[in-house]
Amino acid sequence: MAREGYLLSVVTFLPLLGSLGLLALRGDDHVWLRRLALATAVANFVLSLLMLRGFDAGTAGYQLEEFYRWILWPPVNYHLGVDGLSLWLVILTTLLTPIAMLASWESIQKRVKEFFIMLLVLETGMIGVFLALDLILFFVFWEVMLVPMYFLIGIWGHERRIYAAIKFVLYTMTGSILMLVAIIWLYGVSVTGMPGGTFDLPALQLLLTTGQIRLAHTTELLLFGAFFLAFAIKVPLFPLHTWLPDAHVEAPTAGSVILAGVLLKMGTYGLLRFCLPLFPAAAKQMAPYVATLAIIGIVYGALVSMVQPDLKKLIAYSSVSHLGFVVLGIFSFHPVAIQGAIYQMLNHGISTGALFLIAGMLYDRRHTHVIKEFGGLATPMPAFTAFFLFVCLSSLGLPMLNGFVGEFLILLGTYQVNKLWATWAALGVIFSAVYLLWAYQRVVFGEVTVEKNRALPDCSARERLILWPLCVMILWMGVGSPLFLSRTETTSHRVIEQMKRPQTPQLARGEPQKKAGAACCAPTARIATQTVQNEAGPK
Amino acid sequence: MFPPIEDIYRLAPELVACLFGMLIMVVDPFLPRERKDISANLGLLGALASMAAIVLMARHPGAGMYGLLVVDKFSIFLHMIIFGAAALVILAADEYLKQEGILQGEFYALVLFATCGMGIMAGAAELMTAFVGLEISSISSYILACYRRAVLKSHESAMKYFLLGSFATAFFLYGVAMVYGATGTTFLAGIAASAGGAAGNQVLMKLGFAMLFVGMAFKIATAPFQIWTPDVYEGAPTPVTALLASGPKAAAFAVLLRIVFTAFGDAGGTWFWIVWGSAALTMIVGNFAAVVQSNVKRMLAYSSIAHAGYMLVAVAAAGAAAETDSAAGIAAVLFYLAAYALMKLGAFIVVSHLGGRGEQRLALDDFAGLSTRQPVTAACLMLYLLSLLGLPLTAGFLGKLYIFKAALDARLIWLVVIMAITSVVGAFYYLRVIWVMYFREAHEELTTAPVAPGVAAVMVVTAAGILVLFFFPGAVMNFAMQGAMALR
Repeated sequence: MAREGYLLSVVTFLPLLGSLGLLALRGDDHVWLRRLALATAVANFVLSLLMLRGFDAGTAGYQLEEFYRWILWPPVNYHLGVDGLSLWLVILTTLLTPIAMLASWESIQKRVKEFFIMLLVLETGMIGVFLALDLILFFVFWEVMLVPMYFLIGIWGHERRIYAAIKFVLYTMTGSILMLVAIIWLYGVSVTGMPGGTFDLPALQLLLTTGQIRLAHTTELLLFGAFFLAFAIKVPLFPLHTWLPDAHVEAPTAGSVILAGVLLKMGTYGLLRFCLPLFPAAAKQMAPYVATLAIIGIVYGALVSMVQPDLKKLIAYSSVSHLGFVVLGIFSFHPVAIQGAIYQMLNHGISTGALFLIAGMLYDRRHTHVIKEFGGLATPMPAFTAFFLFVCLSSLGLPMLNGFVGEFLILLGTYQVNKLWATWAALGVIFSAVYLLWAYQRVVFGEVTVEKNRALPDCSARERLILWPLCVMILWMGVGSPLFLSRTETTSHRVIEQMKRPQTPQLARGEPQKKAGAACCAPTARIATQTVQNEAGPK
Repeated sequence: MFPPIEDIYRLAPELVACLFGMLIMVVDPFLPRERKDISANLGLLGALASMAAIVLMARHPGAGMYGLLVVDKFSIFLHMIIFGAAALVILAADEYLKQEGILQGEFYALVLFATCGMGIMAGAAELMTAFVGLEISSISSYILACYRRAVLKSHESAMKYFLLGSFATAFFLYGVAMVYGATGTTFLAGIAASAGGAAGNQVLMKLGFAMLFVGMAFKIATAPFQIWTPDVYEGAPTPVTALLASGPKAAAFAVLLRIVFTAFGDAGGTWFWIVWGSAALTMIVGNFAAVVQSNVKRMLAYSSIAHAGYMLVAVAAAGAAAETDSAAGIAAVLFYLAAYALMKLGAFIVVSHLGGRGEQRLALDDFAGLSTRQPVTAACLMLYLLSLLGLPLTAGFLGKLYIFKAALDARLIWLVVIMAITSVVGAFYYLRVIWVMYFREAHEELTTAPVAPGVAAVMVVTAAGILVLFFFPGAVMNFAMQGAMALR
């Protein structure tokens, strides 16, 4: 192994280890349960920062790789690796998990032990999804995540939690099982280019970019469709978004934070990691349709947000709008826009996470999310008001704050590809200012309309401790973007690189030619296999 | 003429099971009522001894008993599933029988006899031998299904099973006769050799195959021959249901695979669409019917129909694939059978434990709040259900993965799509049980007896097996591959 050793495995499985530790504690010992869970999550955050030390921003490929054989037939390997795309997403995950725990410090009183176990298992699943470089391993983490999320919504959620939990699982499973079929199909294709075939993402990528395996046009479209459906449901792209408001509104605060902050990113992560590099022709062909859906999502999400009477639902719909931006950036296939999309994924995780935390704080005080119930909170809760404003401004893309950088890059890149798309998407920026500021005004300004609100306590020390790091990140990412972008730059260029295919038109489509192609480059295939193993194997 | 000693070894597991069965029958009447546990222990000892005898059998590979039986990796693999299932059922049945007040030695003897029949089916290289095995196992199962004598439902179950089962075996026998008429032999290898013979016999061969398929489809419980399953599974004592869902299914798959690939291997077109259609129908019927069930035992019965459909997909895949690839499909069936036996046995045994006296508490509502009443039991049942659903970290996931892979390699896209969609339907009813166990508060009056040691042992073995099969599938899959190779 390389000098980096087992860092990625440690970061992935430390939460799981922590959850085993929790199992050993007594169920009614709430104090130590919370402490141990938080300690694990914080330790994992610190460990995940160590990835930055070993990470070389100039290298395009995967770093800190770990590779072990797991199942010999079909060849499924335990392969982890990190690149500019997954690096920040993992750190986002490890940052949001302790924050989500702190947010549920007091609001979760029932089944405390199970709650923290579920959060930690969920963290392992999420980090695993971002780091896995083997398609089956990826799928395993992807599915494992469903179970803790199902419980988080189902046990600790609000009134209609059961409906929301089941809807969430059924939606996700429908997409993912078709993705599994596509994964196996892809493996079947890889057999033609490499003896024994492979589920290894870098190896598959190499086979595809060097032209040793080719996907017939229809096959590519079908495979793209299966992967895309799974990710589009997760994003969620209009019109597949209907599970999101339910899940968000019914989930407990911690669940919403993780759901908005990390889970939605898995969809866009999957699009960038799998859909574009593996199936470029299909992606290019479908791009106009996807972009149209994304723009509809941007505008529709924003418009629906405007009329929501419920603060949490408003934030949920704003996610549909914001994630539409990310998808649009990805499908413009422009390095700048992809940079922006990656950046916007992080921004959305932090800003929307913070918005849900704020909604959660209101809920803790008044047990309602209805905007009408509030008003004039600036008087009793000045600190809260300041935090709320800061986060709103970040979410609507005020320059100097993080949201601006992402949206600007996406619009800049998209504009160079398609002016019309960029124009429409810019509408979303305007709308987001409308619904966020309007909601802010109704909650915070004016007279105190409901008597109960007059005596609401301001942010407690714990709540400040949660919001401060996020606000620091919002400002830091707004003014210090090069620190983050320098590490994602090579990756976003590489995504574009990986979408190139060698030009040999006479072999472009049809089964018989494919076989001929495979036969004529048999010696090359062997060499390539060795290269693949060198790339993929232990360093 | 006495067969050579090697042949005795080749039949060792069945002989040991039979001997112990007869021993129990002899000893049991002399035991006082409170010492019936001696029969139980003898039964368990018999099952374990026959498992040990598999080792003896494995050391003498090849055809035995004048070519009627064959010992190959395929047969050994299935023997391990079948006898393992019997051992687990015997282990867990003790609590149930005591609680129902029907603790008697015959139960164990019958389980051993049934298992013996299934073992013969797994190793049969000749159709009449398969038929004898089928009858031995069926007749024992009919009696076992009726074991709760005082309960009307149990009678209904046994009666239905008996009548429809007799029809099915009659079909099987007709099939044997027709194939014999067409080829002049009942040896599978002989049928394969003469299958390409006179053109006039083709109709007879096809009809014969269809009849044989009906006979086996009944035992496997595939649509449209699954009608009996829910009633029989529901009415039979739950430990017996556990046995019915695992052992006979594995044995019938063994016979079906041998007939399809050893005897009819060359006549691919004949049977492929029959299997294809039956697989699609079975998955749809099983999964959709399970959705509307409110009784957990009945839901599990429908789910076992659905799972038979999944395995048939792999059979179809093995048939559609080119000569060299068919092993992958057969191996997928074998692996799935092993995983399926573990999860289904575990689930039924836990349900049997939770059902309480007289199996009164099998409605979905009775599982409410189980996670607080018996956290370990609830966690185990959740594991079985997630495995049945095919979620990762469980054997069920890898089983589905192998089937998907085999089917995609064989380009059975539509079958795969049907399987994928119906699997999602499965999520609905499996998750509902988990939801009730974990999300709903328990009623006041619900109390569950503590877990008996036998049931606990079964839970540990099956849960561990499910996890081990996921994390270290290599050895089992290798064995399944070799078993699949043996068929060709």
